[in-house]
Amino acid sequence: MHEFSVAAALVRQLARLAAERGACAVERVTLEVGPLSGIEPALLARAFPLAAAGTPAAAAALELRRVPVRVRCRECGAESAASPDDLSCRACGAWRTALASGDELLLRTVEYRLEEDSHV
Amino acid sequence: MCDTCGCNVTPGNRERANAPLHEGGVTAVDALAGLLAENDHVAAHNRAHFDAHGVLAVNLMSAPGSGKTRLLEATLDALGGRFRIAVVEGDLETENDAERIRAHGAPAVQITTGTACHLDAHLVHDALHALDLDGVDIVFVENVGNLVCPASFDLGQHRNVVLLSVPEGDDKPAKYPVMFRAADLVLVTKCDLLAVLDEFSPERAEAALRRLANPAPVMRVSARDPESLAPWFEWLAAERAAVATR
Repeated sequence: MHEFSVAAALVRQLARLAAERGACAVERVTLEVGPLSGIEPALLARAFPLAAAGTPAAAAALELRRVPVRVRCRECGAESAASPDDLSCRACGAWRTALASGDELLLRTVEYRLEEDSHV
Repeated sequence: MCDTCGCNVTPGNRERANAPLHEGGVTAVDALAGLLAENDHVAAHNRAHFDAHGVLAVNLMSAPGSGKTRLLEATLDALGGRFRIAVVEGDLETENDAERIRAHGAPAVQITTGTACHLDAHLVHDALHALDLDGVDIVFVENVGNLVCPASFDLGQHRNVVLLSVPEGDDKPAKYPVMFRAADLVLVTKCDLLAVLDEFSPERAEAALRRLANPAPVMRVSARDPESLAPWFEWLAAERAAVATR
């Protein structure tokens, strides 16, 4: 939940990055969101343009990569695909697993344009 | 309209969202930054503050009405002489819970969030300004009753305790994996009702928690039965001792 406040936090991060790098606009943003992050990607995608209006990220394309839930078994060592409500190892059935992926809420990459009047 | 689902479009921001692109070269950068980094930064500050004072901070979470405040009252009655306890209360409205805590002899700060359905690190940071941590052993943060949102927001606590009451049903860990994965301890509360609500199986609830790969202890308690609370008090004492020696 709270996709709008997450979108607003993302936009603030992008504005800081743009200011640091002398960028005039953010072109593209890639996020990784897992099902166990507590955030619904579709709602975040809807909230982003609203949060970004009037900022350097106003026209940025948002790419949301959904990360699968995968676990690494602490008993047999196997890595297997799992589901949010069942993280048990699909190879041996043990419940003691570690999450290999699935709870990410990450800003992965940012593509931006430098100030128009900068000369190389 | 609400702030959280992205539906607050206005004529002003709709136009600016469709501003035309300019020409220019594009630079890419790998950012790999957490999107909740701002909250996490304040949470780390809160945690450092607790550590500097040797205080154990416990975040209590559950659905509304699971018995968080009642549990705190019973805990204050039993441990109030042994540990100095303070409470930060979170609710949308009313000071009811803070008043109940004060009636049991502990200082309480009430955060009324208005519309926010969870506490965040900023709110807790501001509330801590109203508490003198020098005289405190344990701070309980009683979060807003909600099994969804509070799980996502680090407050600076050392431990998360999630309550699941018997009337709620034993499949809640499967339905709310983010919350129950975050639990360092699960308390099945209102166990005095097991005789009446025999469809609730504490074993099934624990199995659902294990299926989330969470090894946290599960304790069956009733605030009406002081003996059932003994393992909870022992757990608190052990966690408090661990903080004191850090």
